[in-house]
This record gives sequence, structure tokens and C-alpha cells, in this order.
Amino acid sequence: MNGETSLAQAAPLIEFRDIYKLYQMGEETVHAVDGVSFSIQKGEFVAIVGQSGSGKSTCMNIIGCLDIPTSGQYLLEGVDVSRMDDDQLAAIRNRTLGFIFQQYNLIPKLNVLENVELPLLYAGVRAGERTERAKAALSRVGLSAKFKNYPSQLSGGQQQRVSIARALAGNPSVILADEPTGALDSKTGREVLHFLEDLHQSGNTIVLITHDNGIAAHAQRIIRLEDGKVVYDGPSGVRGSVVQADETPSGEKEGTA
Amino acid sequence: MNFLQCFRLALKGIWSSKVRSLLTMLGIIIGVSAVIVIVGLGNGIQVYMTEQFASLGTTTLTVNISGRGTSRNASDEEMYQIVADNPEVLSAVTPTVSVSGGVKIGRDTLYTASITGVGEDYLDIHGYTVAQGRGIQYVDILRRQKVCVIGTYVAQNYFTGDPVGQTLKISGNPYTVVGVLDEIGDSTEYSTDNMVLIPYTNAAKMSFMGTISSYTFTAVDENSVQPAKSAVENALYNIYGDEDAYTVVAMSEMLDMMTEMVNIVITILAAIAAISLVVGGIGIMNIMLVSVSERTREIGIRKSLGARRRDILWQFVIEAGTTSAIGGLLGIGFGEALSSVATAIIAALLEESMQVVPTAGSILMAFGISVAIGVIFGYLPARKAARLNPIDALHYD
Repeated sequence: MNGETSLAQAAPLIEFRDIYKLYQMGEETVHAVDGVSFSIQKGEFVAIVGQSGSGKSTCMNIIGCLDIPTSGQYLLEGVDVSRMDDDQLAAIRNRTLGFIFQQYNLIPKLNVLENVELPLLYAGVRAGERTERAKAALSRVGLSAKFKNYPSQLSGGQQQRVSIARALAGNPSVILADEPTGALDSKTGREVLHFLEDLHQSGNTIVLITHDNGIAAHAQRIIRLEDGKVVYDGPSGVRGSVVQADETPSGEKEGTA
Repeated sequence: MNFLQCFRLALKGIWSSKVRSLLTMLGIIIGVSAVIVIVGLGNGIQVYMTEQFASLGTTTLTVNISGRGTSRNASDEEMYQIVADNPEVLSAVTPTVSVSGGVKIGRDTLYTASITGVGEDYLDIHGYTVAQGRGIQYVDILRRQKVCVIGTYVAQNYFTGDPVGQTLKISGNPYTVVGVLDEIGDSTEYSTDNMVLIPYTNAAKMSFMGTISSYTFTAVDENSVQPAKSAVENALYNIYGDEDAYTVVAMSEMLDMMTEMVNIVITILAAIAAISLVVGGIGIMNIMLVSVSERTREIGIRKSLGARRRDILWQFVIEAGTTSAIGGLLGIGFGEALSSVATAIIAALLEESMQVVPTAGSILMAFGISVAIGVIFGYLPARKAARLNPIDALHYD
């Protein structure tokens, strides 16, 4: 137990080593991720920022073990997952990762409790413990009373909190939030962000993927991607991490070039 | 995700879209009920046939003598001697000589009556009993007495008062009625009750060949039918020296042959009905494919949360299996109901009571096959679902 802990502290939680992801689009080869390297330590709150087409979604898919890189190494908790097959990746996702999606991605046919129980179900947790842990996760997001409701009976903010509870239920090493406020109004969006900050305070590692600099600013550290390359990697709140004109990609390029 | 959870989820899914599920199951329902009714009908026919044969006597052996390939002819004494020589397996024999032509009773002529020349054991062999008077006796045969025993149809429809002592004419010869049989069938013109029995010695003279060409032996019990048959065959071979000169047929063999034929017909019919089970399976496959593409996003979510391929595979296979199993159960219920209706219809149309009885075996088999079909035809869509790429599935609309 002690050995494992010291090992985890020594090695970064997430480590990208010269990751490439290439797609064949007809004649053309697209470099979605073009030689990216970075590492994220346990307990960090990192935002990966970039315009659409910058490769941030591809990065998030690789971090989330939904996809594997064309070349390069991805070490998650010190284990190389970049060459694993479907089922091995599924097991890693189940144990290590908690997803929060822009579209919440709750299963409409299942009630709130059943949705939150899903990752535990696939982890093989027994029924009694599953319900207990799911209810605990729901109470952390303040939705204990709604566990019998169906997703369609909840507001957008509530649905997103259910999806956060689902991400927490499996007690993952990394919480991966993909545009978590994208479908919410600014007030509920801020609530969700505060929630992520709280989670970070209590020791969780959070990776936030967004195109919105304002949201990225809530993170400790920002990794900015452009055309599949890292153009900034450092603390938030300093010049260069945030670019004002995020509506005009050309201007942004000049600003960071 | 274990079996029970998949099963519960499948039931929930089926219940939440009742009409679609019912339509999906329809092929299975029809197939299963058709198989059950057809197999039940086959059983009914078999039971009916067995009963009919039992009334003819399952211990009887019929010997027909063609005399082909030989000039030798066995006398009735020789036939009686066969029984006397094999008392451990044979109990009795009677010549049976059919006489053609009508029976004239007063002014009426009855053409449909079967006129048979018989020995004194004929009634015992067939289990017939005399209601009034007596049967044909040895002395009648020996002296070629012009006496006859009649069935209830003849007695009720052609005589007034007690027929015993009255006369009828066969081939112009007057015969005195000495006995009336108890009812055997239902006393109608086309039943066994339309019958006239005379001494076989008289009948042999009237018959075309002038000889006796048919005998009925009885074995002592059902277990000695085969040894009895061998004994008769051996004795006949000793007399004729040629196997083509005679045939020996056991009633129980006839029953077996008929049963086998009915079984073949029923099997073919059931196989045809089973085709609709396959069609039902294709229906399930079709709906499952639709369901997989409708639920692509759900599959993506499940995979992102850690569902392995086999978790998704099992979910869809169990759903398909559950759908067809419910279809199978409904089909069994429907088939049972249809069987009762068929029994009632047969009773009303044929005036014969024949039960359409689905067997436990056919019900179990139909259910098993329907579940198997669901699983087999559900496998392809389930595999498609299991192999979906989670990223594509998550962004599917």
C-alpha cells in the first residue's frame, strides 16, 4: 500500500510522451494531435483550451482512454495504455476515469440512481454497496431527494450534477470534464464550475476541456493547444494563458506566435 | 453487469414499448402455437387410432392365403392344428370368409351388410357378445346349418319384434336368425353393427374360389404376438413351402406402421410450422438492429463508463432472448387455447371425440426453440452494438 502511494507520487498521474494522432481524410493526412507532451500530477486542476480543430477533443479522447494515439506513449498512473485493446481500455475507464460531458449523457430510460450506479455496475460492485455509494455521490451534489426521478424530469443544471455524481461514484483518479458548462446558462454554469473547484479542493485531479478562456481561468494550470500542438503550458491568470480575442483565431495566432 | 440486471432491464424495455414488442414477438407466437397445435393434433390422431385398433384386437394376426406358386392348399383342420400345436402362444383361430351379394329380408334387400363366414371362436376373438339367442356353434359349421347371427343395425331396421327365429335370404338360401349381437359401434348403416355372420363352411361354398382364403388367429396376450406370428409363419411354410403363398399380418404391426406414418406426416407439418419460428427470429433480428441504432448513444455512454464488449453483447442478447421467450410463452398459451378450440370443432364436425392434446415435451421444445432463436438472431445485432466505437457512439444523434 505504502509502496503504491509513493510510486504514484513519484510518477505523474497523466503523462503524454510525444503523442501523435493522424487521420486519413481522402488523400490528405490530418495531424489532429501533432507531437504533444505534457504531464499532470495528482491533485492538479488543469484546463486544456483550444479552438475547434485545435486537437483538444482528440486529446481528451486519448486522456479518457476512448481512443489510442497513432504513435507516442500515454502513461496513466504509470501504466502505458496507448496500446491496449477495447476491453482493457474499458476496464481502465471504469476504474480510473470519471467523465462529465457537455450533453450530460444520462441514459433517459434509467432513473437518477440507476444512472449513477452504472459505473459501479460495470465494476462488479454488489447491489447493496452500489446503491449506498451512488446515494452518497448524489448527496455530495445535493440531489439526494431526486434519486427516483428520470433525467427528463430534471433541469439542465440538475442533470449535469447527476452526471458529476456519476463521475464521482466510481471514485476515479481523474475527473475529465468535456465542456461541462457548454449546455448551461451562465449562472448554472458557474455553479458547476464552483463544484469542480470544490472537488479539486478536496483532493481530486480534474482535467477540464474547453474552448472558453473564461472557464479555463477557473483552473490552476492551462494547456493551450493550437493545430495539434501545445502553444502554452503554465499557470492560469498570467499573460499568454488567456487570449482576449478568442473569437478570431487568426488574431490569436499572432498573439501567441 | 450480471444476468439478472440485464433481464430486468430487458423486461423494462419490452414493457415500455408494448406494441412494438408484441409485433416483434408475433412471428414467434404464431410459430410456437402452430407447432403446439400440430403436435397436439398428431397425438390426438394417434390416441384415436390406438383406440380403434384396440377394438379390433391388438393380439390378432390376420393370415391371407393367395396360394401363389403352389397347388397345395391348407385345409381348415390344418389351421386349427396350428393353434393346437402352439398352445403357449396361440389361443384361437377362426376362418373369415367374405361373401358378396346382398341380404334379402322380407321384401327389402340390404346391400351394405357385410356377410362373413366365421368359426365358432369368432365372437370371442373379437370380443363380441350376444344380446339375444346364441352365436354360431361348432355343430352349425359341421352340418352346414343355414343359420346366422346379425348385428344391431340389421336387427333394429329390418325386423319387427324379436328377430330370433325369423329368416333372411343370402344368395337365395333362407337362413334362420339364431342370435343378435350387442351393439359394437353406434348401430348405424356404416358401422360394424351392419353385419351378418354365417358358418364358414356355408360361406366357403358360396365364395368365388370355393376355398377359405383368410384366417384370424389370436395370441394369448400382447407379449406373445411376435412368437405367435413366427409360429404361424413356420407352420404355413411347412404346408406351402413357399413364402409367397400367404401373408401374416399382426394388428399391432399395422398399428405401429400407421403410427409411424402419422408421425412422419406430423413431423413434416411441424417442420413447416417451425419455418415461421425462423421468420419470427428474423423479425426479432430486424427490430434489434433498429434498437441498436436507436440506442447508439446509450451504448456509447455505457462504454465510456467502463462497459466491456461482452457487457453490451450480453445486454442485447438477453434482451432478444427475453423478447422471444415471452413470445414463446404467449405462443404456448395461444396454442393451448387453439387446441381446445380444435378439439371442440372436431367433436362438432366428425361426431368422433378426438382430443387435441399438446404434450409437455412439445411445449418445452417450442419454448426452448423460441429462446434459442431469440439468442441466435439477437447475436448479430448485439455484436454490432458491442463493437461500436465509443467516440462515434457518444456523438451519434
